[in-house]
Amino acid sequence: MVGAACALYAARSGLDVRVVDRGPVAGGTTGAGEGNLLVSDKEPGPELRLALLSARLWAELGDELGAAIEYEPKGGLVVASTPGVLAALRDFAAGQRTAGVTAEPVDADRLPELEPHLAPGMAGGVHYPQDAQVMPALAAARLLRASGARLHPGHTVTGVLRAADGTVYGVRTDRGDIHAPAVVNAAGTWGGDLAALAGVRLPVLPRRGFVLVTEPLPRTVRHKVYAADYVADVASDSAALRTSPVVEGTAAGPVLIGATRERVGFDRSLSLPAVRALAAGAIGLFPFLERVRALRTYAGFRPYLPDHLPAIGPDPRAPGLFHACGHEGAGIGLATGTGRLVAQALTGKTPELDPAPFRPERFDTDGGDAR
Amino acid sequence: MNPMELVRARPGASRTVTFDGRPLAALPGQTVAAALWAAGVTAWRSTRGAGRPRGVFCGIGVCFDCLVTVNGRPNQRACLVPVRPGDVIRTQEGTGRDDD
Repeated sequence: MVGAACALYAARSGLDVRVVDRGPVAGGTTGAGEGNLLVSDKEPGPELRLALLSARLWAELGDELGAAIEYEPKGGLVVASTPGVLAALRDFAAGQRTAGVTAEPVDADRLPELEPHLAPGMAGGVHYPQDAQVMPALAAARLLRASGARLHPGHTVTGVLRAADGTVYGVRTDRGDIHAPAVVNAAGTWGGDLAALAGVRLPVLPRRGFVLVTEPLPRTVRHKVYAADYVADVASDSAALRTSPVVEGTAAGPVLIGATRERVGFDRSLSLPAVRALAAGAIGLFPFLERVRALRTYAGFRPYLPDHLPAIGPDPRAPGLFHACGHEGAGIGLATGTGRLVAQALTGKTPELDPAPFRPERFDTDGGDAR
Repeated sequence: MNPMELVRARPGASRTVTFDGRPLAALPGQTVAAALWAAGVTAWRSTRGAGRPRGVFCGIGVCFDCLVTVNGRPNQRACLVPVRPGDVIRTQEGTGRDDD
Protein backbone atom coordinates (compact mmCIF):
# COMPACT_ATOMS: atom_id res chain seq x y z
CA MET A 1 0.00 0.00 0.00
CA VAL A 2 2.76 2.42 0.97
CA GLY A 3 4.63 1.53 -2.20
CA ALA A 4 1.51 2.06 -4.31
CA ALA A 5 0.96 5.48 -2.74
CA CYS A 6 4.62 6.41 -3.33
CA ALA A 7 4.22 5.33 -6.96
CA LEU A 8 1.06 7.38 -7.37
CA TYR A 9 2.37 10.63 -5.91
CA ALA A 10 5.79 10.24 -7.54
CA ALA A 11 4.17 9.66 -10.93
CA ARG A 12 1.90 12.64 -10.41
CA SER A 13 5.00 14.72 -9.66
CA GLY A 14 6.17 13.88 -13.16
CA LEU A 15 8.54 11.02 -12.38
CA ASP A 16 8.87 7.82 -14.37
CA VAL A 17 8.07 5.05 -11.86
CA ARG A 18 8.55 1.31 -11.79
CA VAL A 19 7.21 -0.89 -9.02
CA VAL A 20 9.11 -4.07 -8.17
CA ASP A 21 7.40 -6.63 -5.94
CA ARG A 22 8.53 -10.17 -5.21
CA GLY A 23 4.89 -11.27 -5.00
CA PRO A 24 1.61 -10.11 -6.49
CA VAL A 25 0.03 -6.73 -5.67
CA ALA A 26 -0.87 -6.64 -1.96
CA GLY A 27 0.73 -10.05 -1.43
CA GLY A 28 2.77 -9.10 1.64
CA THR A 29 2.14 -6.65 4.44
CA THR A 30 -0.82 -4.93 2.77
CA GLY A 31 -2.86 -8.03 2.08
CA ALA A 32 -2.96 -8.81 5.79
CA GLY A 33 -4.13 -5.32 6.71
CA GLU A 34 -7.57 -4.25 7.82
CA GLY A 35 -7.76 -0.93 6.02
CA ASN A 36 -7.98 1.30 9.05
CA LEU A 37 -7.48 5.00 8.34
CA LEU A 38 -7.38 6.16 11.95
CA VAL A 39 -6.55 9.44 13.59
CA SER A 40 -8.39 8.44 16.79
CA ASP A 41 -5.70 6.11 18.15
CA LYS A 42 -2.82 8.55 17.81
CA GLU A 43 -1.52 10.93 20.44
CA PRO A 44 -0.42 14.42 19.40
CA GLY A 45 2.96 14.29 17.68
CA PRO A 46 4.58 13.47 14.35
CA GLU A 47 2.53 10.33 13.67
CA LEU A 48 -0.74 12.19 14.22
CA ARG A 49 0.39 15.01 11.91
CA LEU A 50 1.14 12.41 9.25
CA ALA A 51 -2.23 10.75 9.92
CA LEU A 52 -4.11 14.04 9.47
CA LEU A 53 -2.30 14.78 6.19
CA SER A 54 -2.99 11.20 5.08
CA ALA A 55 -6.68 11.43 6.01
CA ARG A 56 -7.02 14.52 3.82
CA LEU A 57 -5.30 12.79 0.90
CA TRP A 58 -7.40 9.64 1.35
CA ALA A 59 -10.53 11.78 1.18
CA GLU A 60 -9.30 13.18 -2.16
CA LEU A 61 -8.64 9.67 -3.43
CA GLY A 62 -12.04 8.69 -2.11
CA ASP A 63 -13.60 11.35 -4.34
CA GLU A 64 -11.55 10.11 -7.27
CA LEU A 65 -11.76 6.32 -6.82
CA GLY A 66 -14.59 6.01 -4.31
CA ALA A 67 -16.43 2.71 -4.40
CA ALA A 68 -13.60 0.99 -6.31
CA ILE A 69 -11.43 1.08 -3.18
CA GLU A 70 -14.36 0.75 -0.76
CA TYR A 71 -13.44 4.09 0.82
CA GLU A 72 -15.88 4.73 3.64
CA PRO A 73 -15.58 7.90 5.78
CA LYS A 74 -17.61 6.19 8.47
CA GLY A 75 -15.94 7.72 11.52
CA GLY A 76 -14.68 6.01 14.63
CA LEU A 77 -16.31 5.50 17.99
CA VAL A 78 -14.13 4.81 21.00
CA VAL A 79 -16.03 3.58 24.02
CA ALA A 80 -15.10 3.37 27.69
CA SER A 81 -16.57 0.75 29.97
CA THR A 82 -15.93 2.53 33.27
CA PRO A 83 -15.94 6.17 34.45
CA GLY A 84 -12.21 5.96 35.15
CA VAL A 85 -11.38 4.84 31.61
CA LEU A 86 -13.78 7.44 30.25
CA ALA A 87 -12.00 10.24 32.11
CA ALA A 88 -8.67 9.12 30.64
CA LEU A 89 -10.22 8.87 27.18
CA ARG A 90 -11.68 12.37 27.42
CA ASP A 91 -8.29 13.76 28.48
CA PHE A 92 -6.65 11.99 25.55
CA ALA A 93 -9.28 13.42 23.18
CA ALA A 94 -8.81 16.93 24.55
CA GLY A 95 -5.11 16.71 23.70
CA GLN A 96 -5.95 15.45 20.22
CA ARG A 97 -8.34 18.38 19.65
CA THR A 98 -5.54 20.86 20.23
CA ALA A 99 -3.63 18.99 17.50
CA GLY A 100 -6.42 19.39 14.97
CA VAL A 101 -8.44 16.20 15.49
CA THR A 102 -12.22 16.37 15.55
CA ALA A 103 -13.14 14.44 18.69
CA GLU A 104 -16.68 14.75 20.00
CA PRO A 105 -17.51 13.42 23.47
CA VAL A 106 -20.56 11.16 23.45
CA ASP A 107 -22.57 10.61 26.62
CA ALA A 108 -23.65 7.11 27.54
CA ASP A 109 -27.31 7.73 26.67
CA ARG A 110 -26.38 8.88 23.16
CA LEU A 111 -24.21 5.85 22.30
CA PRO A 112 -27.18 3.80 20.99
CA GLU A 113 -27.94 6.54 18.42
CA LEU A 114 -24.48 6.00 16.94
CA GLU A 115 -24.31 2.21 17.46
CA PRO A 116 -27.68 0.61 18.15
CA HIS A 117 -26.23 -2.82 18.87
CA LEU A 118 -23.49 -1.70 21.27
CA ALA A 119 -23.43 -3.42 24.67
CA PRO A 120 -25.43 -1.52 27.28
CA GLY A 121 -23.79 -0.12 30.37
CA MET A 122 -20.86 1.69 28.75
CA ALA A 123 -19.72 4.83 30.61
CA GLY A 124 -19.49 6.90 27.43
CA GLY A 125 -17.31 7.46 24.42
CA VAL A 126 -15.71 9.79 21.91
CA HIS A 127 -16.74 10.08 18.26
CA TYR A 128 -14.00 10.69 15.65
CA PRO A 129 -15.60 11.64 12.30
CA GLN A 130 -12.20 11.72 10.54
CA ASP A 131 -11.64 7.98 10.90
CA ALA A 132 -12.27 6.08 7.69
CA GLN A 133 -11.73 2.74 6.00
CA VAL A 134 -10.58 1.28 2.69
CA MET A 135 -10.21 -2.25 1.39
CA PRO A 136 -6.40 -2.47 1.34
CA ALA A 137 -5.83 -4.87 -1.56
CA LEU A 138 -8.26 -2.99 -3.79
CA ALA A 139 -6.76 0.33 -2.77
CA ALA A 140 -3.21 -0.81 -3.55
CA ALA A 141 -4.27 -2.16 -6.93
CA ARG A 142 -6.30 0.91 -7.87
CA LEU A 143 -3.62 3.37 -6.78
CA LEU A 144 -1.05 1.48 -8.82
CA ARG A 145 -3.30 1.56 -11.85
CA ALA A 146 -4.00 5.27 -11.37
CA SER A 147 -0.25 5.92 -11.10
CA GLY A 148 0.43 4.52 -14.55
CA ALA A 149 3.64 3.06 -13.13
CA ARG A 150 5.13 0.01 -14.81
CA LEU A 151 4.73 -3.05 -12.60
CA HIS A 152 7.21 -5.86 -12.11
CA PRO A 153 5.35 -8.36 -9.93
CA GLY A 154 7.12 -11.62 -9.20
CA HIS A 155 10.52 -9.92 -9.27
CA THR A 156 12.57 -10.43 -6.11
CA VAL A 157 15.06 -7.69 -5.32
CA THR A 158 18.34 -9.46 -4.61
CA GLY A 159 20.61 -6.43 -4.41
CA VAL A 160 20.75 -2.66 -4.38
CA LEU A 161 23.15 -1.32 -7.00
CA ARG A 162 25.63 1.19 -5.63
CA ALA A 163 28.37 3.02 -7.52
CA ALA A 164 31.94 3.32 -6.26
CA ASP A 165 31.06 6.54 -4.45
CA GLY A 166 28.17 4.80 -2.71
CA THR A 167 25.41 6.33 -4.80
CA VAL A 168 22.44 4.05 -5.39
CA TYR A 169 21.65 3.57 -9.09
CA GLY A 170 19.05 0.83 -9.16
CA VAL A 171 18.19 -2.65 -7.99
CA ARG A 172 19.22 -6.14 -8.97
CA THR A 173 16.35 -8.60 -9.25
CA ASP A 174 16.23 -12.32 -9.90
CA ARG A 175 15.11 -11.39 -13.40
CA GLY A 176 17.57 -8.66 -14.27
CA ASP A 177 18.78 -5.23 -13.19
CA ILE A 178 16.60 -2.14 -13.16
CA HIS A 179 18.48 1.15 -13.23
CA ALA A 180 17.07 4.25 -11.54
CA PRO A 181 18.53 7.36 -9.93
CA ALA A 182 16.29 6.83 -6.90
CA VAL A 183 15.13 3.67 -5.14
CA VAL A 184 12.29 3.74 -2.59
CA ASN A 185 12.24 0.98 0.01
CA ALA A 186 8.56 0.25 0.61
CA ALA A 187 9.05 -3.40 1.56
CA GLY A 188 6.84 -3.25 4.63
CA THR A 189 7.79 -5.80 7.25
CA TRP A 190 10.76 -6.81 5.12
CA GLY A 191 12.01 -3.21 4.83
CA GLY A 192 14.93 -3.99 7.12
CA ASP A 193 16.09 -6.76 4.79
CA LEU A 194 15.95 -4.46 1.79
CA ALA A 195 17.88 -1.79 3.66
CA ALA A 196 20.50 -4.42 4.50
CA LEU A 197 20.89 -5.16 0.78
CA ALA A 198 21.92 -1.53 0.41
CA GLY A 199 24.33 -1.91 3.32
CA VAL A 200 22.38 0.24 5.78
CA ARG A 201 20.66 -0.71 9.00
CA LEU A 202 16.96 -0.19 9.54
CA PRO A 203 15.66 -2.23 12.49
CA VAL A 204 12.18 -3.12 11.16
CA LEU A 205 10.68 -6.00 13.14
CA PRO A 206 7.42 -7.96 12.86
CA ARG A 207 4.55 -7.63 15.31
CA ARG A 208 2.00 -10.34 14.60
CA GLY A 209 -1.71 -9.69 14.42
CA PHE A 210 -4.72 -11.92 13.85
CA VAL A 211 -7.96 -10.64 12.36
CA LEU A 212 -11.24 -12.54 12.67
CA VAL A 213 -13.67 -12.44 9.75
CA THR A 214 -17.35 -13.13 10.36
CA GLU A 215 -20.01 -14.33 8.00
CA PRO A 216 -21.50 -11.49 5.92
CA LEU A 217 -24.14 -9.50 7.75
CA PRO A 218 -26.50 -6.69 6.86
CA ARG A 219 -25.00 -3.35 7.92
CA THR A 220 -25.05 -3.73 11.71
CA VAL A 221 -21.87 -2.03 12.91
CA ARG A 222 -21.79 1.51 11.59
CA HIS A 223 -18.48 2.95 12.78
CA LYS A 224 -15.04 1.67 13.59
CA VAL A 225 -15.73 0.77 17.18
CA TYR A 226 -13.15 -0.04 19.76
CA ALA A 227 -12.59 0.10 23.49
CA ALA A 228 -10.46 2.86 24.96
CA ASP A 229 -7.91 0.28 26.13
CA TYR A 230 -6.87 -0.13 22.48
CA VAL A 231 -4.81 3.04 22.48
CA ALA A 232 -2.73 1.78 25.38
CA ASP A 233 -2.16 -1.51 23.54
CA VAL A 234 -1.03 0.20 20.34
CA ALA A 235 1.53 2.26 22.21
CA SER A 236 2.62 -0.68 24.31
CA ASP A 237 6.16 -2.02 24.20
CA SER A 238 5.10 -5.36 25.61
CA ALA A 239 5.99 -8.50 23.69
CA ALA A 240 3.13 -10.43 25.28
CA LEU A 241 -0.23 -10.91 23.65
CA ARG A 242 -2.48 -7.87 23.77
CA THR A 243 -6.02 -7.95 22.44
CA SER A 244 -8.34 -5.00 22.46
CA PRO A 245 -10.63 -5.51 19.51
CA VAL A 246 -11.52 -3.04 16.82
CA VAL A 247 -14.87 -3.98 15.28
CA GLU A 248 -15.95 -2.77 11.87
CA GLY A 249 -18.39 -3.70 9.17
CA THR A 250 -17.18 -3.87 5.55
CA ALA A 251 -18.73 -3.01 2.22
CA ALA A 252 -18.76 -6.73 1.36
CA GLY A 253 -20.70 -7.66 4.49
CA PRO A 254 -18.33 -9.49 6.85
CA VAL A 255 -17.45 -7.84 10.13
CA LEU A 256 -13.72 -7.62 10.78
CA ILE A 257 -12.50 -8.04 14.33
CA GLY A 258 -8.92 -7.03 14.76
CA ALA A 259 -6.38 -7.28 15.96
CA THR A 260 -4.05 -9.00 18.34
CA ARG A 261 -0.54 -7.74 18.96
CA GLU A 262 2.29 -10.12 19.69
CA ARG A 263 6.00 -10.22 19.10
CA VAL A 264 6.69 -13.76 18.01
CA GLY A 265 8.84 -13.22 14.93
CA PHE A 266 7.48 -14.44 11.61
CA ASP A 267 5.49 -17.31 13.12
CA ARG A 268 2.27 -17.78 11.12
CA SER A 269 0.78 -20.62 13.14
CA LEU A 270 -2.73 -20.03 14.39
CA SER A 271 -2.96 -19.04 18.04
CA LEU A 272 -6.29 -20.13 19.44
CA PRO A 273 -5.88 -18.13 22.68
CA ALA A 274 -5.29 -15.02 20.58
CA VAL A 275 -8.37 -15.34 18.38
CA ARG A 276 -10.46 -16.50 21.33
CA ALA A 277 -9.53 -13.34 23.22
CA LEU A 278 -10.41 -11.28 20.15
CA ALA A 279 -13.80 -12.90 19.86
CA ALA A 280 -14.52 -12.45 23.55
CA GLY A 281 -13.55 -8.79 23.41
CA ALA A 282 -15.71 -8.16 20.36
CA ILE A 283 -18.70 -9.84 21.99
CA GLY A 284 -18.10 -7.57 24.99
CA LEU A 285 -18.61 -4.58 22.69
CA PHE A 286 -21.37 -6.10 20.53
CA PRO A 287 -23.22 -8.94 22.30
CA PHE A 288 -25.09 -9.91 19.10
CA LEU A 289 -21.78 -11.20 17.71
CA GLU A 290 -22.17 -14.19 20.00
CA ARG A 291 -24.71 -15.58 17.52
CA VAL A 292 -22.54 -14.79 14.48
CA ARG A 293 -20.10 -17.27 13.03
CA ALA A 294 -16.48 -16.45 12.38
CA LEU A 295 -15.63 -17.75 8.92
CA ARG A 296 -11.90 -17.45 9.06
CA THR A 297 -8.96 -15.68 10.52
CA TYR A 298 -5.89 -14.21 8.89
CA ALA A 299 -2.56 -13.14 10.24
CA GLY A 300 -0.06 -10.53 9.26
CA PHE A 301 3.08 -8.85 10.50
CA ARG A 302 3.10 -5.18 11.34
CA PRO A 303 6.44 -3.63 10.47
CA TYR A 304 7.51 -1.75 13.57
CA LEU A 305 10.53 0.31 14.40
CA PRO A 306 11.78 0.69 17.98
CA ASP A 307 10.28 4.15 18.46
CA HIS A 308 6.97 3.21 16.78
CA LEU A 309 7.45 5.79 14.02
CA PRO A 310 7.96 4.96 10.34
CA ALA A 311 11.11 5.61 8.34
CA ILE A 312 10.34 8.09 5.58
CA GLY A 313 12.67 9.99 3.29
CA PRO A 314 16.21 9.98 1.93
CA ASP A 315 18.89 7.88 3.59
CA PRO A 316 22.10 9.94 3.86
CA ARG A 317 24.06 6.72 4.35
CA ALA A 318 23.17 5.61 0.81
CA PRO A 319 22.50 8.58 -1.48
CA GLY A 320 19.65 7.76 -3.86
CA LEU A 321 17.97 5.39 -1.40
CA PHE A 322 14.69 6.51 0.15
CA HIS A 323 12.66 4.67 2.77
CA ALA A 324 8.92 4.37 3.21
CA CYS A 325 8.34 1.57 5.68
CA GLY A 326 7.99 0.70 9.35
CA HIS A 327 4.46 2.06 9.84
CA GLU A 328 3.53 -0.71 12.26
CA GLY A 329 -0.24 -1.20 12.22
CA ALA A 330 -1.00 2.10 10.53
CA GLY A 331 0.57 1.59 7.12
CA ILE A 332 -2.66 1.65 5.13
CA GLY A 333 -3.79 4.84 6.82
CA LEU A 334 -0.40 6.56 6.66
CA ALA A 335 0.33 5.46 3.09
CA THR A 336 -0.96 8.57 1.35
CA GLY A 337 0.91 11.07 3.50
CA THR A 338 4.03 8.93 3.22
CA GLY A 339 3.69 8.81 -0.56
CA ARG A 340 3.27 12.56 -0.69
CA LEU A 341 6.36 13.15 1.52
CA VAL A 342 8.44 10.71 -0.52
CA ALA A 343 7.38 12.34 -3.79
CA GLN A 344 8.30 15.75 -2.38
CA ALA A 345 11.69 14.42 -1.27
CA LEU A 346 12.28 12.82 -4.67
CA THR A 347 11.55 16.06 -6.51
CA GLY A 348 13.34 18.38 -4.08
CA LYS A 349 10.17 20.17 -3.01
CA THR A 350 9.54 21.50 0.47
CA PRO A 351 7.93 18.71 2.50
CA GLU A 352 4.39 19.30 3.63
CA LEU A 353 5.29 18.48 7.22
CA ASP A 354 8.51 18.22 9.18
CA PRO A 355 10.15 14.92 8.16
CA ALA A 356 12.83 15.01 10.87
CA PRO A 357 11.11 12.55 13.26
CA PHE A 358 10.97 9.98 10.44
CA ARG A 359 14.68 10.16 9.48
CA PRO A 360 15.69 6.62 8.51
CA GLU A 361 19.18 6.94 9.98
CA ARG A 362 17.93 8.00 13.42
CA PHE A 363 18.62 4.60 14.96
CA ASP A 364 22.32 5.04 14.24
CA THR A 365 22.63 8.64 15.35
CA ASP A 366 20.16 8.90 18.23
CA GLY A 367 21.67 6.28 20.48
CA GLY A 368 20.67 3.06 18.81
CA ASP A 369 17.37 1.29 19.29
CA ALA A 370 16.65 2.34 22.84
CA ARG A 371 13.41 4.14 23.21
CA MET B 1 -24.70 -46.68 -13.48
CA ASN B 2 -25.97 -45.58 -10.09
CA PRO B 3 -22.93 -44.38 -8.09
CA MET B 4 -24.08 -46.39 -5.08
CA GLU B 5 -23.94 -49.59 -7.07
CA LEU B 6 -20.52 -48.57 -8.32
CA VAL B 7 -19.09 -48.58 -4.78
CA ARG B 8 -21.42 -51.35 -3.58
CA ALA B 9 -22.84 -49.04 -0.90
CA ARG B 10 -25.55 -50.33 1.36
CA PRO B 11 -26.78 -47.20 3.15
CA GLY B 12 -29.30 -47.36 5.97
CA ALA B 13 -32.91 -46.34 5.62
CA SER B 14 -33.48 -42.92 4.16
CA ARG B 15 -34.86 -40.11 6.29
CA THR B 16 -36.99 -37.15 5.38
CA VAL B 17 -35.89 -33.52 5.37
CA THR B 18 -37.58 -30.53 3.81
CA PHE B 19 -36.24 -28.05 1.28
CA ASP B 20 -38.29 -24.86 1.09
CA GLY B 21 -41.17 -26.85 2.55
CA ARG B 22 -40.93 -29.73 0.06
CA PRO B 23 -40.10 -33.16 1.56
CA LEU B 24 -36.93 -34.83 0.27
CA ALA B 25 -35.44 -38.23 1.01
CA ALA B 26 -31.87 -38.15 2.32
CA LEU B 27 -29.52 -41.01 3.12
CA PRO B 28 -27.62 -41.33 6.38
CA GLY B 29 -24.16 -39.80 6.04
CA GLN B 30 -25.10 -37.52 3.18
CA THR B 31 -24.29 -33.88 3.42
CA VAL B 32 -27.00 -31.31 2.81
CA ALA B 33 -25.41 -30.62 -0.57
CA ALA B 34 -25.37 -34.31 -1.52
CA ALA B 35 -29.02 -34.71 -0.55
CA LEU B 36 -30.01 -31.64 -2.56
CA TRP B 37 -28.02 -32.76 -5.58
CA ALA B 38 -29.52 -36.25 -5.37
CA ALA B 39 -32.94 -34.57 -5.47
CA GLY B 40 -31.94 -32.57 -8.55
CA VAL B 41 -31.51 -29.26 -6.71
CA THR B 42 -28.32 -27.47 -7.78
CA ALA B 43 -28.88 -23.91 -6.50
CA TRP B 44 -29.96 -22.93 -2.99
CA ARG B 45 -28.60 -19.47 -2.38
CA SER B 46 -28.80 -16.09 -4.08
CA THR B 47 -25.84 -13.72 -3.90
CA ARG B 48 -25.85 -10.58 -1.76
CA GLY B 49 -25.22 -8.14 -4.59
CA ALA B 50 -26.95 -9.23 -7.76
CA GLY B 51 -29.10 -12.08 -6.43
CA ARG B 52 -27.39 -14.67 -8.67
CA PRO B 53 -27.98 -18.39 -7.99
CA ARG B 54 -25.33 -20.42 -6.17
CA GLY B 55 -24.82 -24.05 -5.19
CA VAL B 56 -21.77 -26.27 -4.72
CA PHE B 57 -18.51 -24.95 -6.12
CA CYS B 58 -15.52 -26.48 -4.32
CA GLY B 59 -17.45 -29.13 -2.41
CA ILE B 60 -14.79 -29.33 0.33
CA GLY B 61 -15.66 -26.47 2.68
CA VAL B 62 -13.22 -23.90 1.38
CA CYS B 63 -15.07 -21.53 -0.93
CA PHE B 64 -18.19 -20.70 1.11
CA ASP B 65 -20.26 -20.61 -2.08
CA CYS B 66 -22.77 -23.32 -1.08
CA LEU B 67 -24.13 -21.47 1.98
CA VAL B 68 -27.63 -22.44 2.98
CA THR B 69 -30.02 -21.95 5.88
CA VAL B 70 -30.50 -25.12 7.97
CA ASN B 71 -32.96 -25.18 10.86
CA GLY B 72 -33.09 -21.39 10.89
CA ARG B 73 -29.32 -20.95 10.98
CA PRO B 74 -27.96 -19.16 7.88
CA ASN B 75 -24.52 -19.49 6.27
CA GLN B 76 -24.12 -23.23 6.79
CA ARG B 77 -21.79 -24.85 4.26
CA ALA B 78 -24.08 -27.36 2.58
CA CYS B 79 -21.08 -29.43 1.49
CA LEU B 80 -19.98 -30.06 5.09
CA VAL B 81 -23.17 -30.23 7.17
CA PRO B 82 -24.55 -33.79 7.47
CA VAL B 83 -28.30 -34.10 7.09
CA ARG B 84 -30.26 -35.18 10.12
CA PRO B 85 -33.82 -36.49 10.06
CA GLY B 86 -36.33 -33.64 9.98
CA ASP B 87 -33.87 -30.92 8.98
CA VAL B 88 -35.56 -27.80 7.65
CA ILE B 89 -33.42 -26.57 4.76
CA ARG B 90 -34.25 -23.26 3.15
CA THR B 91 -32.92 -21.27 0.23
CA GLN B 92 -30.74 -18.48 1.57
CA GLU B 93 -31.33 -15.01 0.20
CA GLY B 94 -28.33 -12.68 0.55
CA THR B 95 -26.88 -12.76 4.05
CA GLY B 96 -29.78 -14.91 5.24
CA ARG B 97 -30.34 -12.47 8.05
CA ASP B 98 -33.02 -10.19 6.72
CA ASP B 99 -35.32 -11.36 9.49
CA ASP B 100 -32.88 -10.54 12.31
